Formats: sequence, structure tokens, C-alpha cells
Amino acid sequence: MNFFKEADVVVIGGGIVGTAILRELSKYKLKAVLIEKEHDVAMATTAANSAILHAGFDAPTGSHKAVMNVRGNIMFHELEEELNLDIRWTGSLVVATSDDEMFSIKELLARGKANGVQGLKILSKEEVLKMEPNLQNVKGALWAPSAGVIWPFTACVSFAECAVQNGAEVLRNVECLGFVKENEAICGVETNEGVIKTKYVINAAGIYSDVIAKLAGDDSFSISPRKGEYILFDKAVSGQLVNGIVFPTPTKKSKGILICTTTHGNVFIGPNANEQDDREDRAVTAAGMDEIIKSARKLIPDLPLNKTITEFAGLRAVSSTGDFVLGKSKINGFYNAAGIQSPGLTSAPAIAEYVVNELISEAKYTVKENFVKDLPRRKPFLRMTNEEREERIKQNKLYGRVVCRCETVTEGEIVDDIHSSVGATTVDGVKRRCRAGMGRCQGGFCEPTVALILARELGISATEVMRSKGKSPIYYPKESR
Amino acid sequence: MEYDVIVIGAGPAGMAAAQSAQENGAKKILLIDRGMVTGGILLQCIHNGFGVHQYGEMLTGPTYAQRAYEQIKDKKEITLWLDTVVLTVTAKKEVTCVNPERGVKKVVGKTIILASGCRERPRGAIRIPGQRLAGIVTAGAAQRMVNCFGFIPGKKIVILGSGDIGLIMARRLTLEGCEVKAVVEICPYSNGLQRNISQCLNDFDIPLYLSHTIVDIHGRDRVAGVTVAKVDEKMQAIAGTEFQIDCDTVVLSVGLIPERTLINNLPLQFDALTGGPLVDQHRQTELAGFFAAGNVVHVHDIVDYVTEEAMIAGKFAALQAQNNVVGGRRVQIKCEKGVRTCVPQFLFLPDVAEDVKLYLRVSKFVREKHLVVKSGNNVLWNQYLMAGRPSEMIMLDIPADSLQNVTDEITVGLE
Amino acid sequence: MTETKKFNCITCPRGCELTVTLQDGKFQSVTGNFCPNGAKYAEQEVTAPMRMLTGTVKLTGAGLPLLPVVSTAELPKDKILLAAAELRKITVAAPVKYGDIIIHNILGLGVDMIASCDFACIK
Repeated sequence: MNFFKEADVVVIGGGIVGTAILRELSKYKLKAVLIEKEHDVAMATTAANSAILHAGFDAPTGSHKAVMNVRGNIMFHELEEELNLDIRWTGSLVVATSDDEMFSIKELLARGKANGVQGLKILSKEEVLKMEPNLQNVKGALWAPSAGVIWPFTACVSFAECAVQNGAEVLRNVECLGFVKENEAICGVETNEGVIKTKYVINAAGIYSDVIAKLAGDDSFSISPRKGEYILFDKAVSGQLVNGIVFPTPTKKSKGILICTTTHGNVFIGPNANEQDDREDRAVTAAGMDEIIKSARKLIPDLPLNKTITEFAGLRAVSSTGDFVLGKSKINGFYNAAGIQSPGLTSAPAIAEYVVNELISEAKYTVKENFVKDLPRRKPFLRMTNEEREERIKQNKLYGRVVCRCETVTEGEIVDDIHSSVGATTVDGVKRRCRAGMGRCQGGFCEPTVALILARELGISATEVMRSKGKSPIYYPKESR
Repeated sequence: MEYDVIVIGAGPAGMAAAQSAQENGAKKILLIDRGMVTGGILLQCIHNGFGVHQYGEMLTGPTYAQRAYEQIKDKKEITLWLDTVVLTVTAKKEVTCVNPERGVKKVVGKTIILASGCRERPRGAIRIPGQRLAGIVTAGAAQRMVNCFGFIPGKKIVILGSGDIGLIMARRLTLEGCEVKAVVEICPYSNGLQRNISQCLNDFDIPLYLSHTIVDIHGRDRVAGVTVAKVDEKMQAIAGTEFQIDCDTVVLSVGLIPERTLINNLPLQFDALTGGPLVDQHRQTELAGFFAAGNVVHVHDIVDYVTEEAMIAGKFAALQAQNNVVGGRRVQIKCEKGVRTCVPQFLFLPDVAEDVKLYLRVSKFVREKHLVVKSGNNVLWNQYLMAGRPSEMIMLDIPADSLQNVTDEITVGLE
Repeated sequence: MTETKKFNCITCPRGCELTVTLQDGKFQSVTGNFCPNGAKYAEQEVTAPMRMLTGTVKLTGAGLPLLPVVSTAELPKDKILLAAAELRKITVAAPVKYGDIIIHNILGLGVDMIASCDFACIK
């Protein structure tokens, strides 16, 4: 058989879980390859979620979710520096508005303590309002100081780039179509590019992780997509909303519709939670927006709805088992990191550690002595002092040209993000890395320019530049008849 | 480095402001723009119809921009910094800006004129349901693609909103071989000029659906179609009236908002309806020495009035920079009875009054009314209005002698 | 036979609503116009409608890819789409000055397409 690539381990899926796994694998003496079917990493669940690093009091004690969450939260505190992650450790509040809810948050407190979450405490109404003066109807709240918000796209890219820096490989536009087996053990991954020879496969395919598992012969779980919709506000009105993370008291189905300030100072409300069959439908609905607005108004009645800048929806991969599906499957050589819904983002590094440890204990690869854990520092122009800006512009003039006015993103940053090891190839890829187009005009001004910069830097025609997924061109040629 | 006047933005407003500042005695004027050339958004408005009032002829946007530039290009008092983005402006009138060659520069102005224009409202501002896809572009972005970059944004187009740029783009895209399937407008009237309905839609048999809106956008990676529905008086979609239009592109022309990001954090007040800072008749904001002109104050429908307004700002900024400040009394202007917005929002009336021009918009379509300007029970001005549309700015010239003894709040309304 | 047609004047932003009376298809009179240009437009519009054409042609050597152009006079309305397609075939090189003739006598209609603004050469 001809192979288009040979590896020891193939990771399927370039979301936060897959890339965290790839980085974990790159600590060992093995050849690790990640395949992602889209043009970029962080394209599905990682691209549209609440971006919260949860403290870990939600999940039932002893579940994978609880264990991975608490461990993941601790790991992110360490990874922040190494991977240059964009995190705000704001802490989180679960606000109770009635006596029943006060009772519920006390239960959460007990569960959190059992899960090993540090620093939890119940705050009085006055203490809550001191932190979040715009909230209404507050009785009290559960305070979790270890929670934070993260910028998930660059976290995913940083995991991937750290792995690449340590010899792993990220292949985008490569889709898993099936598996090659020998004596009931995995020995290859069939893709649109050909077969990748491998000894092990780790399934981190998110919404499609059950489909991939079935292709391998593992039908132990199924995934149902659960849509969550969000509304994002202009930074200018953040002061009228919240400073950190504010959850309502949770229900059985979800953690509820929260109000949260992102790493870059925009406030969002959301998500709702609606099961659906379609694995690609990320439409925002009128009913969904009404639902989250209505719910958020319970805590902040006066929402500045004329200052919204975008709405989006994400799909969480909800497993039929009710928990994360982690580790060795019944198929030899096939490991799962599947069914990763909330708190999946927080859990990602812990999941990676857990699954890779299990694989290593079987496969006996040895640790690399020269693993480089730190990524080079990159500071956004927006956050530089004027002296740092001057210095940067002297090195590279393109840092003196602001392309995205709303978020103050320079051409230099865009070009660097295109040419980094897991670089941007699409307009959304640029947007998610350096935030060009993330601001209040939502790319109205800079998106056409960013597309032209991509064409120039990638040496392709402007009409070949894609906005995001699949065939999504920005430009069509004028026809000269 | 200190300047008499720093003008931010070298579109029609900024160029006129700089020109007027120079003509009124300012010796050191700095004009800053992010573009590689002056002209701003006019450069992408390649259609004609500009300049009827200023030049007495119909010019294209680039021609108008060139005329404006010719007024300032040889003036030694005016320094032009292109390819330069202003990062911050402080209340002390320090302007920090950045350019690839010059790096980060901090300059100080005795006065500042903000002429930063406006920006387009994105999809998210009006919460259109549906998939997030490629193929949804604002009309101005589409215009830049077609007229400056040389590409079309798609082939089968639906335009949401009937503002002027949307209408102009309907024609422009048709001329470039696209099929414009419909213009969909949620209001019962168009938000663009009547002549643009005529020459941009009717000429090409493009249907205009008034009191309709897009309730869903379909597709997977790229737009594949939209669902349109009729709306009731409260602009809510009426169930059962939905129909589909097959298209690959949605062009949004759903409103312009003054681009005031730079002054958001200054101690200024803003007009909730225009979106711009409050200004007096000289276009001075409430912060002494800070002036604003053009679409950052309120979105105009005709560039000629932008030029006119910016000339006022330039003149008074220059006078103030030369310490030629006249004292006066502040009089608030209030809109009522069918008048939605009025610029200026307040007057700073010197002892020797001067003529004042009010720029108004009505809330809804009206016929055969009188525009009445009052202070207390005194009628200062009364003008017959044959027809008024929300999309068309109305000008009122109030002569100086009418304002001579005014001290109480002024109201402007329809009767 | 007498008939009336209603349409908006396009000669200036005012956009007067014109009512034209036709006798056996021939222009008789117009009301609603604010100025004489409106009367002229009304008669032309019901007789042989004409439109200005603006567009772009490809440009080389100026650092920007397109040159905006405008017709020196109005063209027959029914020739506008054809003339617009003509523009897409043309490439010119910088420098260009405002008023330079870019297409002489487009489609043989006796009207030129001229440059809307200057473009200098850049390296």
C-alpha cells in the first residue's frame, strides 16, 4: 500500500481538544500528525462557545467532567505563561434570585468542594453588588475565584504551534474517511489525500466523534449536537453590563444563560441549549435570540439591544453516555477524546494528559528531553505601549499601518499570523488570530482588505481566498465579455 | 509639535475644514487620513450626482474629491499626513497617530476638528437570523470591492435596506453583470433619495419590497438563499407571508452610524438619534476647541452639505486657534412634533447675532406642513414644507435678527 | 388619447415627482417640477430616455487597480448595459489626468468615456 504520510499517532480533529492532545504527544519521542477537515483549526465547537475556564463545581463528583475540569483549570494557570494565552482570571458568580436558588447554590458549593475546587464561597447580596453593580434581583451568589475567560481560538492555535515547534505536524483540509486495520488493530487512516500509516489514532472529532468512532468499529456512544446561541455587545456598553462572569442558577439541562465579559472587553449573553439532528446547522434564530434576551433580562433588565455587534451559534457535542468518552476503546489502537461538551474547553489540557498517558502506558514511547514548552512572545499592537510600538515599527514597517480600525490591528500582525507555523489561510482565520474584523463594524471596513493581504501573502488570486469554511469566497471575478 | 488646527479625516469634510481653516487665518494645519490618498469614501462613489450645490454641476465622487483636494494641495499652511491612523485623542487635544514611515507620533492642536465620517451598521446590529456565512457584505464594502478592488461580491444579489448606497449598488452590480433579485426594505418607505429609486431600481426593473424584511439566511458555507416576509406596523414579520429568494449574496444597506470611536471616551455628550456629538452652530462640541463636521456629526444624504458644514467648522476652529473667541449665551434646541433630529443641537449666541442654518430630519413622511421654530411663545421662523421624507435632510436658514434676543430653549416642530 | 405618467426627476437630489401628460404618446405638459431642468428631463424621458454612465476600467502602473470613468454626455438608456460591458474590456496605463478620453465614441453613440480623476504613476 502507498502511504501519503507515516505517523505513530494520528489525531483526528483540530479543535482545542485535538490540538491539546497533539501538544501532549509532542512531549514524547513519536511522530504525531493531526488532521483537520476544514481550512483551519478551531473551526467548530472551539469557534463558538462561552470561552470560560470553569472552576469545576457543576459536574457530578467523580465524573470525567468534574475531574478534568478541576485539573484543566489548574493546568491553564500554568499554560497561560508558556503558551502566551489570552486569559482574564475574573472569577465567576452563580447568582441566586430566590430562596430556592439560594438552596441550589449551596448544593453547588458542596459539590464544588467535593470536586476539589478551591476558594468557593457564598456571597451576600451586598458583596455581589459590589462586584457587579448592574445586576438586579440578586439574593446572593456562589463565588468561584479560580474561573476565568480565555480567547479560545488563539489558545487552540498556540497548542497546535507548540506541538509543531516540537516536531508534530498539522494537516488541514484533510478529512478522515475511514480506517485501515490489520488483525483488528488500526494501522492506517484513510483520507481525501490518501492513507496515513499509523499505529494509533486519537479521535477528537467533536460533533463528528461518534461518526469517526463508528468508522473505526466503535459504536459505544453517539453524539447529539446541542446548539447554543449568543449575542455580543459593543465594547462601549460593557460598563452598563458586567465585569466578569455571571451565571444564573443552573437547571438540569445547562448552566443557563450567562452574561460575561470576554478577554477583549465585549460582553456577551448566551447560550441557550437546543438539541438538533443537523451537525452543521449553526443558524441563529429569532426565537433563540428572544430566549437569551429574556433570560439575561432577569439579571440585567435594561440590556442595550441597540448596541449588539454580532450573533452566533455553536454546537456542543453531547454524548449519549452523559460524560466525556475518554481513553482506550474496544478497537485496538483507537482512543477517544469524544463527547466533549462543557466544560470541554477548560478540560482540554487535562483530557490531553489523561488520554496520552493511557496511550503511553500501552505504547511505551519515551519522553523527549528537549521539549520546548514556551512559545515566542507576541504582544498585540493594541496592548503595546507607544515605545514598544515605535520599536516594533522600526523592525517591521507594516506594524505602522492599522488595517482594522475598530480593534487597532496592524498589517504587520496580519502578515505574521499568515506566516506563522499553523498560519491563517482564510479571512476568519486572520480574524480569530489577531482580531481584525472582530470589532464594532464586524469587518465591514477591513474584511475586503484582509482578503487582499491573504492573496498577496499566500501567492494566490483574491478570488481563491475563502472567508471561512469550505467554498466560501469573498470575491468573484468581474466577467469581461 | 503644536498645530493651530488638527483635522482628523481627509474626506470631503476634512478637506473642506482644512481649506476653510487656512482661509480664516490658521497658520499651521495638520490634516490626517488613513488612506493612501485624500478623498475618503468619495473615492469609491464613482457614480455621478455630487456637487450640484457646491459646483453647480454633476460630478462623480472621485472628481468631487479631486476638486476638494485642488483647493488645499498647494497651501503651505496645510500639512497632509496620509496612510496615518489616529490611535487616540485626549481632552488636552493631544493626538497620537501611527504611520509606517513616521512611526508613532504625538501632536497637539490648539483646536481639533473631527471629520472621521461614518461607518455601516453590520448584520449583528439588527440581529438578522440565519446562518453565519460568506456572502453577506455591507453595501459600502461591496462598493469598495467593485469600484476600487475590481471584483464583484457575488452573482445573484439580494439587497436588504434601501438606503442610498444600497440603491446605488443595485445599479452598479447590475452594470457589472450581476443579477440583483430584489431590494427588501423593512420601512413602508425607502430610506434613499427618490431619484435613486428611479434610476437605480426602476431603470433595471429591480423589485423593491417595502414593509418586508429578511427573516432567514440559508446556506452552508456561502449564502444560498434568503427567506423574506412582510412586516406589520411594528416591523414584526407576519407569519404566512414568507417567500424564498435564491441568491448567493446579501448586501446590507441598513444604516450608517457616525464613526466616533476616537471621541467615545472624551467628556462629550452624544445625540442618541444622530449618533454624533452635540455641536453648536459653529460645529464646536461641548469640549472647548473640539469641533466636528460631516458624517461624524450626523449622516448627510448629499456631500455638498458636508462641505458646507465643514467650512463652518474650519472657520471657527481657525478663529478660536487665533484666540478670536466671541462670548455668548448657550441656547438649547429641542426637536418636537414630527422633527426627529436637528443639527446644531444647541446655539452659542454672541451679542451680535449671526445667521444660523438648521439641518433637520422629519420622523416620517409628511405633506403640506409648516416647520415652526419657537423660543417660548415667540415664533422665530415659520417655513412651509410641501413634502418631507425621513431620508431627505431639510435646511432652515434662520436670519440673525430673529435670534437677536433669544435666551430660552428653542423648539423645532411641524405644525 | 390622453394619458399621464408619474415618475421622479433624477436631475438633482431633490427628486421632484413629475406628472407628464401625453397625447397619443406625445409629450404635452409636465407638472410637479421645481425647475426648468425637470421639464426638460420629463420630455426627454417620455420621448427617448437617456442616462449618464459611470464605471471603471482596469488601470496599470498606479498602485490601484481601477480607474473610474464617466460619460461626457448621456447615452440612450437601452444602451447602458451594453456600454457598461464595453468598459470591462479596457485597460489603461497611468499616468491619467481628469478628463482624458479613455474610450472614444463608445458603441458609436457619439459620447466619450473620460477619466474621473488623476492617477499618477508609482514605482
